Order: sequence, then C-alpha cells, then structure tokens
Amino acid sequence: MKLAEYIADELICAVTHVPDDVLQRLLWAQRMETSEASKAVLAAILKNLEIADAQQLPMCQDTGMFLVFVDVGKSCPLTLAAIEAAILEGCALAVDKAYYRHSVVEEPVYARNNTLTNLPPVIWWQPVEGSSLTIQILLKGFGSENCCQVRMLNPTCGEEGVIEAVGAIVQAAGGKPCPPIFLGVGLGGSMDRAAYLSKRALLRPVNQQHTDAQYASLEEKILAKVQQTEIGSGGLGGTITALSVAIEHEPTHIAGLPLAVSINCWADRKAKIVWEGEDA
Amino acid sequence: MRELTLPLSSDVIHSLVPFEQVFLSGKLYVGRDQVHKLLVQLLDEQKPLPLSLEGACIYYMGPSPAPEGKVIGACGPTTSARMDPFAPRLLDNGLKVMIGKGPRSEQVVQAIKRNQALYLQAYGGCGALYASCVRSFRTVAFAELGPEALLELEVERFPLVVAITAQGDSVFDR
Repeated sequence: MKLAEYIADELICAVTHVPDDVLQRLLWAQRMETSEASKAVLAAILKNLEIADAQQLPMCQDTGMFLVFVDVGKSCPLTLAAIEAAILEGCALAVDKAYYRHSVVEEPVYARNNTLTNLPPVIWWQPVEGSSLTIQILLKGFGSENCCQVRMLNPTCGEEGVIEAVGAIVQAAGGKPCPPIFLGVGLGGSMDRAAYLSKRALLRPVNQQHTDAQYASLEEKILAKVQQTEIGSGGLGGTITALSVAIEHEPTHIAGLPLAVSINCWADRKAKIVWEGEDA
Repeated sequence: MRELTLPLSSDVIHSLVPFEQVFLSGKLYVGRDQVHKLLVQLLDEQKPLPLSLEGACIYYMGPSPAPEGKVIGACGPTTSARMDPFAPRLLDNGLKVMIGKGPRSEQVVQAIKRNQALYLQAYGGCGALYASCVRSFRTVAFAELGPEALLELEVERFPLVVAITAQGDSVFDR
C-alpha cells in the first residue's frame, strides 16, 4: 500500500468514528453526569455515533480542517517532498471517498472562495532522532476552534494563575464549542509556540496523564476547575463539562508565561499513521 | 416528547418551556454566516429577498455532501452566536423560529421577546443523527456558496431542545 492510500484509509475511518479512548470517555461521562438535560445530549451523541458507523456518514457535518503533525526522523529514507505529496494526496482521496464537507476558503478576509477540496491542510514539521515517520492528523472543527485563546500570563502567577486563566477561557466558551470538550493546554515557549503545543497536547490519548507528576497533577486540578463551571453537555448545565485536559510545556523567557488553550468538541477525531516503508 | 409541526402557531410557541425536548417536522430554511450577511444586505438595500421570512424557521447549518442514494450528508447545527449580529434584523422582519447550538446575545434575546419568537437547540456534532430525519432537499439561493447555500429542507421528527422562549426564558441563564 502507498503512503497516500494509508493516510486516506485512516482519514476515512477518523471522520466516521471517534477513537476508542474518546468513546470510553463519553461513556464515562454518561455514567457520571447527574443532569437530565446533559444526559439527553450524551444519549444523542452516542446514538449519532451508531448512525455514523452504520451508514458510513461523517459523524459531524463540520469535517474540520486537517491539522497535520509530521514527526520525521533525521535519517528517514523518504524526502520531505515525497511525504508532503503523500499527505496532500491522502487528504484529497479521503475528502472524496468519505464525503468530507468542503470547509476551506482560499483567503480569509475578502472573497473567501471555497477551495472545493478541503485543502490545503495546516502542516507542522518536527525533526526527530532516528529514521521513523509518524503522521498525526486532527480533523479540527471550527465551532470549538473559535473558542481557543492565547494569554501571556505573568511569570509569577504560578499554578493558581494558570488554573484561573484556563477556567475563564472555558467559561467564555460556554455552550459554543459542543461540550463535553477536550482541552489541550500549551505552556511556555513564545506566543506562537504555546499555541502549537496546545494543539499537540490534543494528540495524546485521553487515558494518558502527563509523565511529569507536577504537570499530571496540574491537569487534574484544571479539569476539576473546569467541571466547576457546570456548563455541561450542550451547554445545558451539568457536572461534566470537559472529558480530559492534556498539557505540553517547554522552556520560556524570564519575563513570561505564555498560555494557550485549544478546545476540541466531543467529536475528537484524529488519525495516526506510523510509516515504516522505504519509499512513499 | 411533544411533536411540533411547522409553521408553529402563536399558541404553540407560547406554551413551550425551557429544557423541553421536542420533535419538529415540516419545512424549514437552512442558512448560516454568509446567507445572514447577504439577507441583511438585501434588507438594507430594500431589495427583494429570495425567501419569505414571515413565520419562517431558519436552521443554522451547512451540510456535508450527500452520498449516492441519500438525501443529504451530515447536517448538525453550527454555533448560533455567529449569527447574533444579524438575527434581530431577521426577527423584526418576520422570522419566527431559529435552530442552532449554544448561547445567544442579549440583543437576540430581546428581539426574540419583542417578536414573540423561539430559539431551539439542536444536538451539536450530531450530523449523522439529523441526516436520518431529512426527507427532501432543495437549493433556494446563493448556490455559489457551496456548503453555505440557502436551502429548504423537509424534516421529520428533528430532535431539539427548547432553549429560549418567547417570554425570554433561557436554558443558558444559570
């Protein structure tokens, strides 16, 4: 199988099915939720997933923008040009075969003409040691993307300041991003790097905590703070507003503490492709 | 659960309460960001609209393409807040029912009260669920907008939640 076909197959599955860790978290929410209104929303979500599977329909009409994270080994036998071509071809194949909506416009302010292909994707290249190639793709809906925020916090604000800021960002989002939500939190770096890290955090399986105990604890504290908003599923009020919090952090400047929060809707759709071939 | 059929009478609209779950059937229009901008522009220019707003229902949605043999692709609601700058103008010109997801601005709540209108919430992200409730699909205008075109759908038993009533009572007031 060609790399492009492998990518397409994974994207066809991703638009019609949430990963198992996401499904398990939705079932957890249904067990934990006490509000009747929110329970009805979760029941509709689970029924929707059954219909999407049975009819091979996208679960949501916003099939998202492709956010592609390429971790390419420094001695990977494939050229960057070949990898890029395979990504574009794979995305285009999936858009046609799985009836993705054409949701991308050529230019943001004036004509906003639809590209009619759902391309181009946003591609992030990350060189890594070794010869491996891992491509991870988020199908990022924009109802939730519109609720994402970056804040340049005070370097002395500490854990409390971070927790308060994330809580305020989720509160401002309210029922708009299709809760229950997944939160990716980027800390450190520069303004733009924090935003990238917050997206990267959304790639981590939801049942995996941060490897650093302090940050794993911060993830739990943020989740507890977010549940206190009682936004609930569909914004109708409830005990479960978020399904998980994942943090990625990096070194930063003495004068700053960049914070970015990426919000994803309950339809946390993603694909992971590990390629071991000698060519594309 | 209550069964409602479009167009909704004033009596029916007034009898609904926040959080009530309903099934809605009948003909409704579909329009989102660009359609709203264009309709308000036409009203500003005092030009004829491509639809009759009187007593109408608009669903904030842009479908994915219909697979062969299907009426429509996934067709769940989009975020209503983006339509807030335009909705009061449409309500003042006869629009009666809006369907979307998420909270509305204070200006929209006031316009809903002023016009004895109604805001219903659809289940966000549930595009496949709503596709199974659509019986017919027709492009009314602005076909060049692709997935954002103005459509008319005939729907059967759309599952919805009463979100803001004609009295201004809201599920988002907590």
